Amino acid sequence: MDPARDVAVVAFAQTDHRRRTDELSEVELLMPVLHEVLDRTGLRTGDIGFTCSGSSDYLAGRAFSFTMALDGVGAWPPIAESHVETDGAWALYEAWVKLLTGEADTALVYSYGKSSPGDLRSVLTRQLDPYYVAPLWPDSVALAALQARALIDAGDTDEPELARIAARSRESARANPHAQLPGARDPGEYVVGPLRTGDCPPVGDGAAAVVLAAGDTARRLCARPAWIRGIDHRVEPHGLGVRDLTDSPSTRLAAERAGAFERPVDTAELHAPFSSQEVVLRKALKLGEAVRVNPSGGALAANPMMAAGLIRIGEAAARIHRGESDRALAHATSGPCLQQNLVAVLEGEPS
Amino acid sequence: MSAAVNKEPVAVVGVGQTKHVAARHDVSIAGLVREAAQRALADAELGWADIDAVVIGKAPDFFEGVMMPELYLADALGAVGKPLLRVHTAGSVGGSTALVAANLVAARVHRTVLTLAFEKQSESNAMWGLSLPIPFQQPLLAGAGGFFAPHVRAYIRRTGAPAGVGSLVAYKDRRNALKNPYAHLHEKDITLEKVRSSPMLWDPIRYSETCPSSDGACAMVLTDRTGAARSPHPPAWVRGGAMRSEPTLFAGKDFVSPRAGKDCAADVYRQAGITDPRREIDAVEMYVPFSWYEPMWLENLGFAAEGEGWKLTESGVTELDGDLPVNPSGGVLSTNPIGASGMIRFAEAALQVRGRAGEHQVDGARTALGHAYGGGAQFFAMWLVGARPPSR
Repeated sequence: MDPARDVAVVAFAQTDHRRRTDELSEVELLMPVLHEVLDRTGLRTGDIGFTCSGSSDYLAGRAFSFTMALDGVGAWPPIAESHVETDGAWALYEAWVKLLTGEADTALVYSYGKSSPGDLRSVLTRQLDPYYVAPLWPDSVALAALQARALIDAGDTDEPELARIAARSRESARANPHAQLPGARDPGEYVVGPLRTGDCPPVGDGAAAVVLAAGDTARRLCARPAWIRGIDHRVEPHGLGVRDLTDSPSTRLAAERAGAFERPVDTAELHAPFSSQEVVLRKALKLGEAVRVNPSGGALAANPMMAAGLIRIGEAAARIHRGESDRALAHATSGPCLQQNLVAVLEGEPS
Repeated sequence: MSAAVNKEPVAVVGVGQTKHVAARHDVSIAGLVREAAQRALADAELGWADIDAVVIGKAPDFFEGVMMPELYLADALGAVGKPLLRVHTAGSVGGSTALVAANLVAARVHRTVLTLAFEKQSESNAMWGLSLPIPFQQPLLAGAGGFFAPHVRAYIRRTGAPAGVGSLVAYKDRRNALKNPYAHLHEKDITLEKVRSSPMLWDPIRYSETCPSSDGACAMVLTDRTGAARSPHPPAWVRGGAMRSEPTLFAGKDFVSPRAGKDCAADVYRQAGITDPRREIDAVEMYVPFSWYEPMWLENLGFAAEGEGWKLTESGVTELDGDLPVNPSGGVLSTNPIGASGMIRFAEAALQVRGRAGEHQVDGARTALGHAYGGGAQFFAMWLVGARPPSR
């Protein structure tokens, strides 16, 4: 498709991601990030045309948990605002559509999640088919391990390669002051075979925010805007038994619709919480060795639920802002074993 | 705001809903949503393959005990291989979901979109789902009724409205529901006296002035001008749509007539070229979960001057055969699958201007407003639909 107007990511901010933030409410976690992202553009809440957020009541442990975050935004006078009950990458998608309609020229997108109050592996079992699967409480690591086993059995990878992916990601995260696990570490013991501690993402709390702007507004707010050349998302069947876990057709289709295959990208920020999932995504996205994958460290270095996907878009955009990338791909995922996937292609103007 | 973008006109060509009941023990959540979706597709005479994207909404995931149920519902909604977007804006979610879907068409990202909202409240207990105590935050105090009753009392004190107005609204909506085959409550022997003598729950809100807990789903098919031209039945055209939010708690908030609601309505009227809503709008589907919210919203939405809303209700203007029928479908007071309730308002508005509302059709309805609100009266979503396409 050929969008009616150009929309760019013009600012990005995130928290330091930490295992626990007992001393902070979700709103307190989020507030500094909102201030930082607005400060970068010089905009105030009242200047923003549309606001959209992503979060999950199940992480917060209460209904309508996002309403309190809105108080933190300072929605007065009232604002045009919406919320997705999923990763903030999908909130960014909703905001992008809103900007395309011309009803707004700027958008604030934020998302956050605190995993520390609960047992994340148990909590995530509640997002499975409630009648046939959830009652068995299969946890997120066990499901990812099924996928990893399928990949190894298919000859797509082996345990040493998975360990290398984990080490490379965390080594890259040394340059990321926000990362929860910077620096390579021992692969560790099996959590659920074939996945070891090192193949699994850290559990942590965090928040992120992005400002989008259209056309000349973007140029005014940012020296080198990260233009969204395309963005698309697709979903697969829920039942693991009807999917080929070694492949991700939804990622491939989303990438195709986003124009990812029209020209090579130099950077890819992939939302692959497990090392094995990077193998699946690399194949689906046809990423060659020349592509710098997850220079931020990716989800293996920091995986705040509901924010990790938005962070991938933010990290890709920030590299373009800094002149470290000209064309970057950002990916976000939702659901067990990469069920739902979003791909965005970002470009900086030639400098 | 940029006016440079020429938006695609959006048409509602399919509407489907389930028969709403207290408990649908015969279907799973997937079965419930599929029933509404299939009815919307049948109304549009389209198949699953004609749908480019699916936008789904519901109120808190705690109500069914399923985290992000859209993942599990992807297959039932025919969404496999397509974009599936989940919206959650509290009680206004059904309206917000429809607006997000409409924007996909307006922005020409997709041509034909299925949008759906649901709640299967029998899977849990909504009142206690809303009453989880959180330190240092105001809990919703024994469900939504406990939260909203003080604001109703404030309205009565501020306007001097007589005590019986709420009962009039409930009596009207429950009678309207008798004409709507999909409505949950069909109280065939309803009388005004029965409403008035029903038990007091949260003073001044009586039992018969509150919404039921329903299982149900509502779906719509939205499409562009080309899709509308192929529609087997007259489409409803979206003439304006907006969302507004304000904080839950702050000193300047007017809980009786929130500014976000006023601003949202003003934006919709501006888009649709409405200058006198009282005269130019033929039917209103407004979100009235407790009877007194009809006069309150009549003022908030600009149909009556401040303090005058109850007079419209009392004089019969909002009756089905009145000058400004409000909730001809029976409204939220007769049917409340929370996550779907906002979308039902939007869908019923569309049915009115399509002339497909059956026994509760308002004669000659050409322009109708669908309204939803949620949270602590802080989230608002509205659309205005018309029988004619926008001229530009």
